[in-house]
Amino acid sequence: MTLITRRGALIAGAAGSGLALSGCSKIVFGDKLTASSGFQRVLAHAEAWTLASQRFLLSGGAMAREYRASDISPRFKPNGTLYPSGEDYEDAVNENFASWRLQVDGLVSRPLSLSLAELRALPSRTQITRHDCVEGWSAIGQWTGVPVGLLLKTAGPLPQAKYAVFHCADNLEGEPAKGGEQAPGQYYESIALVDAFHPQTILAHSMNGAPLDVSHGAPLRLRVERQLGYKHAKYVQRIQLTDRLSGLYGGKGGYWEDRGYEWYAGI
Amino acid sequence: MSTAIDTAPEAVVTAPRRPREVIYRHTFLVRLTHWLNALAIVIMIGSGLNIFNAHPHLYWGQKGSELDRPFLSIDAVNAAAGPRGITTVGPVKLDTTGFLGVSQDSGQVMQKAWPSWLTIPSNQDLADARHWHFLFAWVLAINGLVYLLWGLVSRRLRRDLWPTVADLKSIPRSVIDHIRLKHPTGEAAKRYNVLQRLAYLGLIALVILMVLTGLTMSPGFDAFAPWLLDLFGGRQSARTIHFLCASGIVAFIVVHLVEVVLAGPINEVTSMITGRYAVPPDHGAPASRRHLPAPPT
Repeated sequence: MTLITRRGALIAGAAGSGLALSGCSKIVFGDKLTASSGFQRVLAHAEAWTLASQRFLLSGGAMAREYRASDISPRFKPNGTLYPSGEDYEDAVNENFASWRLQVDGLVSRPLSLSLAELRALPSRTQITRHDCVEGWSAIGQWTGVPVGLLLKTAGPLPQAKYAVFHCADNLEGEPAKGGEQAPGQYYESIALVDAFHPQTILAHSMNGAPLDVSHGAPLRLRVERQLGYKHAKYVQRIQLTDRLSGLYGGKGGYWEDRGYEWYAGI
Repeated sequence: MSTAIDTAPEAVVTAPRRPREVIYRHTFLVRLTHWLNALAIVIMIGSGLNIFNAHPHLYWGQKGSELDRPFLSIDAVNAAAGPRGITTVGPVKLDTTGFLGVSQDSGQVMQKAWPSWLTIPSNQDLADARHWHFLFAWVLAINGLVYLLWGLVSRRLRRDLWPTVADLKSIPRSVIDHIRLKHPTGEAAKRYNVLQRLAYLGLIALVILMVLTGLTMSPGFDAFAPWLLDLFGGRQSARTIHFLCASGIVAFIVVHLVEVVLAGPINEVTSMITGRYAVPPDHGAPASRRHLPAPPT
């Protein structure tokens, strides 16, 4: 009845495939696209744009909102590992982490090894912040700990250092994701040095005024406000400075990153 | 049989003889942004529902987890006869088995908030759903910005969508016309009626709210624009408003598609592809047929 231009047909085709993505017949195109490595590369661009735009917006070192004591969640949901398995951790709990040590090494000029008592004696920062899980929930807690920037400055990062990697004591059992159970693995996380030196990035030893309990990452947990919960590594034993993430564990810079989640978790 | 043809309504017989007035209704930019927007919104809704399934509870305020009181929850609850889908909104509990909470996917009973056939990807996959969502969020936002800037600069938004005083006064009549499925013809069909204008402006407002509440959920963006947290009453409130606005957009899509079908789907869809719209005639046609959609030719 009318001229259907090629341009029009293309646009209609694009919209039609959009409708086919949702609803009807098992989302044939959507699932196929998701499974294709080419489209995964397209999807990955979004993360690069998010990172670039947020780096630009946050270039002034903007702070995450800090809340009032009355805002603190009466019950802060513990997530991920709730109690690390293994005798070593059990022993550490039994002696109240008296011989727990934090190593700071890798691309630093002066590697550090600090006891919990030494860390508690260092200058600390206390902040009441919101914890946002990638799943969608939020909880507010008060955290006290040593600024990671202070530790790194003491250790002296080498010029080629780009990332701080946090090695943890917990082996996270597979949680359901990606349509199935995840392979268990050692938990770890990594952040860029610009985030490591942010004043609100601390290695917390206390929560809501008391020493961290086991379900929240005793004795040390990373707080990297302005990013999602899975970046906030618990049971931290070692901070390693490195210039690349590819040689560590799954190579994507974190337990969940190795399982498909974004490395930059500002959104 | 032959008598049936002979007594066919006059309008059908005479329609081809009278040249139909065709106007150029939608510019190329409107058509392009319309289809890109349609594609992005469908993907945003599908992937958004998959993300919702990772934590099928909504709250008001800054914080909220399973340990707090949700405003809305979609759960699977074990009953003697098997799992039941229970949707709770405030004090109201509804059994939504088959659709929400418990549904079927290829004959398998799934315990998930939204059914597989509505989500992108179809299986529960927060990581990939987020990749889809945030990629097409860029498409939606940039496309919407182009449309809005162009509409403001060219003043077409004001001309085509902003209701005049006369438009506002015609709301009651327009409501009655819509209820009676009466569509404008002739000169009146060349411009958007007042309910159309309000619906399109409402959609623009909803999409803007979606983008802003979406950004409020980003801990990084919150540090840049903490006023968003105050504007929406907290991150969890923003998440709830995000969901409610998405529901509003779904309602718009349903009404929009129904209206397209009622107003003559071929003419309407063609006009959004080629820009050319055949004006439904209002001279000569029998009164009883005057407001019906023009027959496809």
